[in-house]
Amino acid sequence: MALYLLRRVAVFIVSTAVAAVAVFAFMAVLPGDPAAIALGVNATPEAVAAKRAEFGTDRPLAVQFLAWVSGLPTGDFGLSYVSGDRIGPQIADRLGVTLWLVLFGMLIATVVAVPLGAAAAVRHRSVTGLILSGLSQVGVAIPAFLAGILLVFLFAVTWQVLPSGGYTPLAEDPVAWFQQLLLPALSLGLVQGAVLSRYVRSAVLDVLREDFIRTARAKGMGLYRALWRHGSRNAAIPVVTVLGLQLATLLVGAVVVERVFTLPGLGSLLLDGVANRDLLLVQDTVMVLVVAVLAINFLVDALYVVLDPRLRDLSPRGAR
Amino acid sequence: MSVLTGSVLTVDALRIDAGAIPLVRDVSFAIGPGERVGLIGESGSGKSLTALSLLGLLPEGVRASGSARLDGVPGDLVGADERELSKVRGKRVSMVFQEPMTALNPVMRVGDQVAEVMLLHRTQPSRARALAAAVDLLDRVRLPEPKATARAYPHQLSGGQRQRVMLAIALANDPALLICDEPTTALDVTVQAQMLELIVELTAERDSALLFITHDLAVVATVCERVLVMYGGRVVESGDVYEVFTAPRHPYTDGLLAASDLSAVDERGRLRTIPGVVPGGGEFPDGCVFRNRCPRATDQCVQTPGWTGTPERGFACWHPVGGGQ
Repeated sequence: MALYLLRRVAVFIVSTAVAAVAVFAFMAVLPGDPAAIALGVNATPEAVAAKRAEFGTDRPLAVQFLAWVSGLPTGDFGLSYVSGDRIGPQIADRLGVTLWLVLFGMLIATVVAVPLGAAAAVRHRSVTGLILSGLSQVGVAIPAFLAGILLVFLFAVTWQVLPSGGYTPLAEDPVAWFQQLLLPALSLGLVQGAVLSRYVRSAVLDVLREDFIRTARAKGMGLYRALWRHGSRNAAIPVVTVLGLQLATLLVGAVVVERVFTLPGLGSLLLDGVANRDLLLVQDTVMVLVVAVLAINFLVDALYVVLDPRLRDLSPRGAR
Repeated sequence: MSVLTGSVLTVDALRIDAGAIPLVRDVSFAIGPGERVGLIGESGSGKSLTALSLLGLLPEGVRASGSARLDGVPGDLVGADERELSKVRGKRVSMVFQEPMTALNPVMRVGDQVAEVMLLHRTQPSRARALAAAVDLLDRVRLPEPKATARAYPHQLSGGQRQRVMLAIALANDPALLICDEPTTALDVTVQAQMLELIVELTAERDSALLFITHDLAVVATVCERVLVMYGGRVVESGDVYEVFTAPRHPYTDGLLAASDLSAVDERGRLRTIPGVVPGGGEFPDGCVFRNRCPRATDQCVQTPGWTGTPERGFACWHPVGGGQ
């Protein structure tokens, strides 16, 4: 087990390093000189050269890369080419909003998907199962931003029960925080919930056919109790995989939804960075998003070991 | 067939259908306390379905009708609702399945899986006591280091060891009837004999009756006192194991015995077989189900043959083998 986790940690570190190179290289090959952009079209070559020296972009790429990377672990993300502000605190600030949004969205997705998917599996031969499957199909087909606009139209415009956007920090006013986060989280969560419910359904269907469920019933357990006691953990193994992938999707999906609901999250920071050609800010934000996705994958891998004892021993017999 | 008095299990006119397809017809038999009865036949003869119907564990879309009464249980097992059946399963009747590799929950410790069946039926007052009883049971089924085994996960045990765990689960509540569905088929030959010995010994200790399903005649001969031969969803012959195996009356039983005799060969020097294959569910001929594979079949066999003899010893055939008829 320790060996397995050690291997996962190594994978996480190596892929983070590779991601850093990739992100940096991608930004480096993009046409456009930050110094020239900052000074505008009428700048003299001398001024541009001075600006380059100030940004440090006149150094060789390898030196620039090392300078950038070595700052990341300590939270030193550099200074914005546009505003000159430190980027680290900005990202930390925005990351909080996005994390709340994603966690809230994931919570909604799970709460919707698990009972819905399980019910659709247990009743897969009945009309109820068919209706549940159909509903999730509709959910899968709706993109999150469209769901967001629909929700705003219903709850904020027509019924006027929830705000259409904005953000209040949790510490300032928990009620306002919740109200403002509810619609964006719903538009992310409902769509992801629909997708997730299909995976939950097929995982539960697989478990239903397992011999050990029949054993549990032969012991005197009702079907639902057998499914809960013996099926849930087994069904969780494939579902956790999808959950991890979905968390990553949610992080990226948050970029769009934050725009719809004017939430000051990482997504809107990224879009602002792109609009202002603040290349270092974009580079940093993308890096943070990539590391977040890798961290999620690492957590999923670690969770497998908790769920499945077969992964704990790596002896030849245990490996089957 | 009449119903034996004082029997543990009495099955009467059991039939099982998958929609419009008949799978088991007119099966009646009784098992006395502590009696060991074998149910034999080729794959597809309806043996396993008969057993599953007694526990109410038939696959979806498959229905049983008729009657199956278990001593000490007020209602009929056939058609009983889930609540009633779950009180009986694991307590009065339990079952060991064919495939030990998949029958246990892979993410739960073996000891917990054994203890569970006692906690479920409240035969042990607490988790700690149930776990202690589980370790005892694992010892009784002769698993090495029962304490350590109780803490193991199924993947850390071999197939034979897992089947012993299944037996421990099945016997935990001293059931009146133990059903074993090909419990040794998936095991190595060397492990089979020990497993069979264990089943006989532990059921005898508890005076549990045994319904033993297999297609292996040698296994029936070692384990059982009485045998029911099934073909095409019907019982075609029954009786004392020795009698049925030495003087079979139904041509199907005769064919089975000839096919399992490894010293006898046909005129071309090959081992004997029963010609043809077992038809799929619902594709058996009407009248006598065996008539399309039977060497003795005549026009009379279009009619379903009645039962000849007593419920304990008899057969269903127009042209029985031997017996001077």
